[in-house]
Order: sequence, then C-alpha cells, then structure tokens
Amino acid sequence: MIIPAEYYLILATVLFFIGVFGFFTRRNLISLLISTELMLNAVDINFAVFNAYCHPEHLEGFFFTMFGIGITAAETGVAIAIIINVFRNAKSIHIKNLRELKY
Amino acid sequence: MEFSTNLLIFSGLALLMIAAAMAAVTTSRIMRAVTYLLFVLFGTAGLYFMLHYTFLGAIQIIVYAGGIVVLFIFAALLIGKGTIDITHTSKLRYLAGLATSFSGLGIALYLIRNTNFVAEKFSSSDIPMKTVGTALMSTGKHNYVLTFEVLSILLLACMVGAIMIARKK
Repeated sequence: MIIPAEYYLILATVLFFIGVFGFFTRRNLISLLISTELMLNAVDINFAVFNAYCHPEHLEGFFFTMFGIGITAAETGVAIAIIINVFRNAKSIHIKNLRELKY
Repeated sequence: MEFSTNLLIFSGLALLMIAAAMAAVTTSRIMRAVTYLLFVLFGTAGLYFMLHYTFLGAIQIIVYAGGIVVLFIFAALLIGKGTIDITHTSKLRYLAGLATSFSGLGIALYLIRNTNFVAEKFSSSDIPMKTVGTALMSTGKHNYVLTFEVLSILLLACMVGAIMIARKK
C-alpha cells in the first residue's frame, strides 16, 4: 500500500511547528539554532514529498532538498562561528545577557 | 485500514521523530537536545528512503548527522557551562509560543485536509545516479549546473567567513 502524501505533510507540519515553539521559548543561542534546524528539516521533507507524489518524472523538489541541505550546512557553520565569538566577547550565550552589539 | 509494512514503518518513524523533536525543544541540556535532533535527522533520512530517494537519504545522513550535529556538539563542548539552564523563560512567553504553534498547526492542518493534491502517481523505483549526476552537471531546462556552482561559492565564502569570525584576534 502506498502511504498517502497527506501523512508526510502532516508529519512535516507537526515538526515545523515544534520548531516554531522551540524558537519562541528557548533562550539560548544554540537551542535557537537547533529549533531552526528542525524547521528547515520539515521544509526539506515537504519538497521531497511534493516531488515524489506530484511530479515524479522531474526532479525539482529533489534538487531543492539537496541544495537546501547544503545551504543549511553553510548557515550552521557561520552561525556557530558567530555564537562562539559572542561567547568569547560576552562570556554568555543566554539571550537576556546579549543586549548590545559591539564591533 | 489494511495492515501494511510501509504504514507500520512510517508510523514508527513518525512517532520517533515527533517524540524526539518535542524532547529536543524542551530538554534543559544542550547535549541532550543535540542528540534528540540527531534522532529527528535520522528519521528524516528514513523518510527519504521510504520515498525511494536513497541518494537524498545518504546526503541527509552524511551532511546533517556527520557534519552539522558534530558542529553542534563541538560548539556545546567549547562553550561548556554556559549551555545549561536554558528553559527558564517567562510563563507569558511560554503560553504565547504554545498558542502561536497550535494556531499555526491548526491552520496548516486545515489547509492540508481541504486541499486536493494532484492524483497520486507515486513511482516505486529509485532514481538512477546517472540521472542525478547529469542533471547536476549540465545546462538547460531541468538542469542545475548554475545552482551547483553558486552553492559551491557560497560554501567557500561561508568557510572563509567562519574562519575569519572565529579566529582569535
């Protein structure tokens, strides 16, 4: 039996909004980044599912997902470099301590 | 509904991913959050395998589990004791986040339920590697060499940028 596309979409939606919830409630830069990863991951699932179920003869969603994963890797690398730098300057990565931008 | 192995595997993966994602956004220790994130990412790779996108599943495991999660662990260990006690947010903000997530979830699920997607013509065969490689490396319609090159430059720029940002003065 083929699993209906809606099941995948519902799963991706739930994951996305768990990520949104984390983004609103976490107060630490690394946790915020983890929540962002959850959201990006859910969007990648959607691309792949729409490709597989609506246009399996082309590969648009496949390549969108692939490039999405690549961009996520780049974004995470820079974000973690920034977080480490913030920690070095402010001695904390808790959001309430980060009230001013320096340099 | 009739019993089917596909559905059973999908349900298992879905339960694992949702439980791990909820744990990842509620646990108070970063190392645990990262490990739960790893489970979500592995589950996503499993979904790609179920869609017969094996190459995508392999990329997911290599880049996410092998690269990004290691970066997270690296950062968490480097920052050390600044990474504990992270969930003490105000009650109001917690409730606001909960309300936003549930209302967004409701709207999205309503839309999914009331939309008729294109008739399903799911093909149960793997994409040959040759097709992927050709599409990635040639120009023209449905080919992606420009995106590939732009992404390469982006990755290079990010690498240089990350080194510049993180090095000691």
